[in-house]
Amino acid sequence: MAERSFRKEVEKLRMGAGEEFAGEGILAITKALLESGVAYVGGYQGSPISHLMDVLSDAQDILDDLGVHFEASANEAAAAAMAAASVNYPLRGAVTFKSTVGTNVASDALANLSSGGVTGGVVFIVGEDYGEGSSIMQERTHAFAMKSQIWLIDPRPNVPSIVKAVERAFELSEASNTPVFLQMRIRSCHVHGSFVARDNLRPSPSLRDAMENPVRDVSRIVLPPVSFQHEHEKVNERWPAAVEFIKNNRLNEVFEGSRDKVGIVVQGGLYNTLLRTLERLGLADIYGKTKIPIYVLNVAYPLVDDEVVTFCSEKDAVLLVEEGQPNYIEQNINSILRKSDCRTVFVGKDVFPLAGEYTAQVLRTGGVSFLREHDTNFVAPEDPMHQVAEFVSEIDGLVPPRPPGLCTGCPERPVFASLKMLQKEMGDFHVSADIGCHLFSILPPFNIGNTTMGYGLGAAGASAFNTESNRPAISIMGDGGFWHNGLTSGIGNAVFNKSDALTIVVDNNYAAATGGQDVLSSKGATKNRSTQHPIEKAAQGIGVNWTKTVRTYDIGEMRKALREAVTKKGTGPKLLVAQSECMLNKQRREKPQFAKKVISGKRVVQERFGVDEDTCTGDHACIRLSGCPSLTVKPNPDPLKRQPVSYVDNSCVGCGNCGEVAHEAVLCPSFYKTRLIFNPNVLDRVVWLIRQKIIGWLQNSAEKKRLRAA
Amino acid sequence: MDHQDRPISIAMVALGGQGGGVLTGWLVETAEKNGYIAQSTYVAGVAQRTGSTVYCVEMFPRKEADKAGKVPVFTPYPIPGDVDLVIAGEMAETSRAIEKGFVTPNISTLIASTHRVYSMPEKEALGDGIMDMSKVSEVASRAARKYVCFDMQEAADDTGSIISSVIFGAIAASGALPFGRTDFEQTIRNGGKAVDSNLRGFSAGYERALSAPIAEDTGAPVEAVTEGPNGQALADRIKSELPVELHKTVLHGALRTLDYQHADYAHKYIDRIVQLTSTDHIKYGFVLSEEVARQLALQMCYEDIIRVADLKTRANRFNSIRAQVNSEGEQPVGVVEYFHPRLEEVCDMLPASVGAKILSSDLLRRLLSPFFSKGRNITTTKVFGFLILYLLAKWRRFRPMSYRFREQNKFIETWLDRVTNAAVKDYDYGVAVARCIEIVKGYGETYERGLSRYLAMIDVEVGAKSSDEVRQLYRAALADEKGEAFEEAVASLGIDS
Repeated sequence: MAERSFRKEVEKLRMGAGEEFAGEGILAITKALLESGVAYVGGYQGSPISHLMDVLSDAQDILDDLGVHFEASANEAAAAAMAAASVNYPLRGAVTFKSTVGTNVASDALANLSSGGVTGGVVFIVGEDYGEGSSIMQERTHAFAMKSQIWLIDPRPNVPSIVKAVERAFELSEASNTPVFLQMRIRSCHVHGSFVARDNLRPSPSLRDAMENPVRDVSRIVLPPVSFQHEHEKVNERWPAAVEFIKNNRLNEVFEGSRDKVGIVVQGGLYNTLLRTLERLGLADIYGKTKIPIYVLNVAYPLVDDEVVTFCSEKDAVLLVEEGQPNYIEQNINSILRKSDCRTVFVGKDVFPLAGEYTAQVLRTGGVSFLREHDTNFVAPEDPMHQVAEFVSEIDGLVPPRPPGLCTGCPERPVFASLKMLQKEMGDFHVSADIGCHLFSILPPFNIGNTTMGYGLGAAGASAFNTESNRPAISIMGDGGFWHNGLTSGIGNAVFNKSDALTIVVDNNYAAATGGQDVLSSKGATKNRSTQHPIEKAAQGIGVNWTKTVRTYDIGEMRKALREAVTKKGTGPKLLVAQSECMLNKQRREKPQFAKKVISGKRVVQERFGVDEDTCTGDHACIRLSGCPSLTVKPNPDPLKRQPVSYVDNSCVGCGNCGEVAHEAVLCPSFYKTRLIFNPNVLDRVVWLIRQKIIGWLQNSAEKKRLRAA
Repeated sequence: MDHQDRPISIAMVALGGQGGGVLTGWLVETAEKNGYIAQSTYVAGVAQRTGSTVYCVEMFPRKEADKAGKVPVFTPYPIPGDVDLVIAGEMAETSRAIEKGFVTPNISTLIASTHRVYSMPEKEALGDGIMDMSKVSEVASRAARKYVCFDMQEAADDTGSIISSVIFGAIAASGALPFGRTDFEQTIRNGGKAVDSNLRGFSAGYERALSAPIAEDTGAPVEAVTEGPNGQALADRIKSELPVELHKTVLHGALRTLDYQHADYAHKYIDRIVQLTSTDHIKYGFVLSEEVARQLALQMCYEDIIRVADLKTRANRFNSIRAQVNSEGEQPVGVVEYFHPRLEEVCDMLPASVGAKILSSDLLRRLLSPFFSKGRNITTTKVFGFLILYLLAKWRRFRPMSYRFREQNKFIETWLDRVTNAAVKDYDYGVAVARCIEIVKGYGETYERGLSRYLAMIDVEVGAKSSDEVRQLYRAALADEKGEAFEEAVASLGIDS
């Protein structure tokens, strides 16, 4: 069960021609796929396209009705390989993943696919995780487009443009026998807007038609000698066909303007930011009417040489807005202009930062500097940042860093608390981290983890340290990463190379970091997938002899298991499965049920933790072993003490970590757990009353005595 | 307002999990239902996991767009200097909103909740790591065209609602959007989820936003109150023997020592202060005596098993826990205490000679330690569990004969001598030395870490030349758990510890 449910929204996918479809970018893309008659869709979740996978998953019934096959692929390589179905058959297919990390994983299949080319249209919807909110290294999908020759569509970031881009992408793919990337930036995925729907299209032929009438064409398979021909085909046939299609269908757009001695070339995805920047400079209106001509590259690769030359010639100077590095487009346009002997001054990253996101402020600064130099009529209005500069300097130092962290009650917290205690006991270890929520361990308060090499590569990242030592390297992997590739690249690799190392697999029942999608080892049964395949069994199956599953909140057991795993020698690789359900998902499921029970009069118990402020020392050792959002601080109510006391706020879910940590780390006796009984039964009430009476009597006598001495 | 040529731009700087997505949805729906075209963007995923994040909403009158026959171009991210409505779900996020340039004096309405959600560096400090945000509200009031602030989390808690509905109410009341109160409320009703509590929160937000901004409650200083003749006698003595500048703190300390042990003990506390004041003087404002009065009370009321058991069994504690978990009427609340006394803590309360013997004998330590290797859960709402602590609290009368009591007394005397000697040399130096003992506190590891650093500090402090150096050591001792900063500070002062 994914973190966010789209069950209600997906009903909109049934809309027919003429109806207005309002919703988020990803939902609109799904609708566009159905309108384009896709036969199959696959992918692997990851921000910012996680929700696209969730939408598809929730729309399973609608997809089934239309005869569309949807697969939650094992990883991006598996997802990309699905597109093989479009090599021999006129089947349209779409695959989605996070980029560039997912594209990295998929690149083997992508290269093979684009070498032989496609018959049916193939579109890869890549979530470009770049800039604000990104969780990965900052690179460009553009490089993959160039190296494998996959066209790159970067549409203007509004819902109708995105929908149109999906339709056109299939047509472009078929016209040029080449797969297409549809690049979705982070905020485009979650942009809310509307468009006029068309009818959904049943795929024709169907997957079944294709399977039952197999086609074999050796010239499409990557094997010498045809692989050499493919390279020629790419540049001599498919490329010109694509350029022709882009030109004829005007996929790129020119917005003319009155001040036509200058112009701006912009990637489609940055159009809105540019336009609004110009609007603020008094050079455009809110509807997109601009004084400076703009050439929008909705297709960022390949460029159409004629269009570039036509736009640039007759102008004194042209500015290119190209986000990310290297500046592939700038290099390309420079080469085009040079070859056509065009004398227009061409300005790119000269006025912009070489790297980093191009926000409105960046565009403003760069744009103003370009226009001041090349547009004599231009007078820049005052930069609004000037009037806020004073306030910004006044609050300098009062903006604490606030990166994301583990949720309240997260089951991974006790794993890292145990590791931190182990390190305190035995000294620091080299810890090879992985991708997932557990990577938050590298931040305070845990500060655990030395490197991370990619999803599922935690164990592989420690493989060099396969040498005799009393301080073995420890690697960490999530259940998501384990099934993505870690089972072979990490565990199998360790078995084969006779490693003695420990891998901790954090098993929280889901691919939690990407939004709680199911994986092979998920505990819940689902209708459309086969789950409940234990991680421990898989590892045993490929030769791991030392395996253990420990409930994460049991810190005592966890420490014992860790201690044994790092000290025991000669067993081969060790696998410690740290098991407990992702709290975000658990709460989402249980909270409404709990509320229902309370209302309907059923007996339920709510557990929470608290800290006695009188006995809290203000040392916050508990926080340094937790970092839970609900375990926080507040000013000390004691007038004699200066240091803030620890405090558990009402968001506590009573996971138990605080109590376990207090015991295991021998912290202060301030922690207590409350058990609040809703709808108590007769026995509860009677026992409660009796206890109240006796305890109350004792308390009264103590209080009287205290007052006598006071 | 003339919106013909520009949209209404909204930026919300919030923490993941605050319900920013819900609020964004409400804003878009309210706009769309009331003749506006709207766009919203946000970053999903990691932002939900308590990180800071920015939501962006823009809206434009549909009539205007239809008239022009065109569609407005909305920005995917708030444009600095061009935001009409800025929402900050917390005080440090208000600061962040200003830093990002969203808040401008000519157009921005800023709606901010004054509560704090402390960041990790603030929380994990060994001492006081809380950032002073008092300045932010003042800057915000000048930086924004209109500034609406109050504790929206509190309003949400009071109404059993969520902060996003309170903020939604505040937005409605601020007049920053061209919709009426009922339009906003209708959106909540249309949502169909938790409608009643959301409307309650909305209403609270609406009302509070309309009332004049309330100055932040800085918390009135806690007054020391005497409860009986012994306390009164202490108060009288303080009044007659000590300068007025010290009355409040010393009374707090005296009542604390009285509550901790007995009247004689409290008088001993006052004796010590009185003795110290002979080296103090009004021209220094009695800063030294005040610091000593504070630290001395805490050291004399050191935390031991007896004290913890005493505090944990009191009736007022039970009442405050019941209030905290919102238990209603006769709803049973069980309370489980997490105890992990070590052999050291147990020896502390044994008779001095016995305690000393065990602690100094390796054999006895080894034999006895296993009995204290595990933490214990004691349910104080059950009679048996309560009795254990109740009886431990009764042990108080034997405390003066205990091992720790004797040791603590020596410890305090040494410290007082040190402070007096230091103050004679240089007053401020004495104040700094007095404060150093603050790091010796608590139980178990916290106590041991504090004590060992304090002892190291004393060695260094003898060689330290100025109060600044002593304060530097104090800060370093609280800089990190491992003690890297402290070792560095000790080394940099060039004294072996």
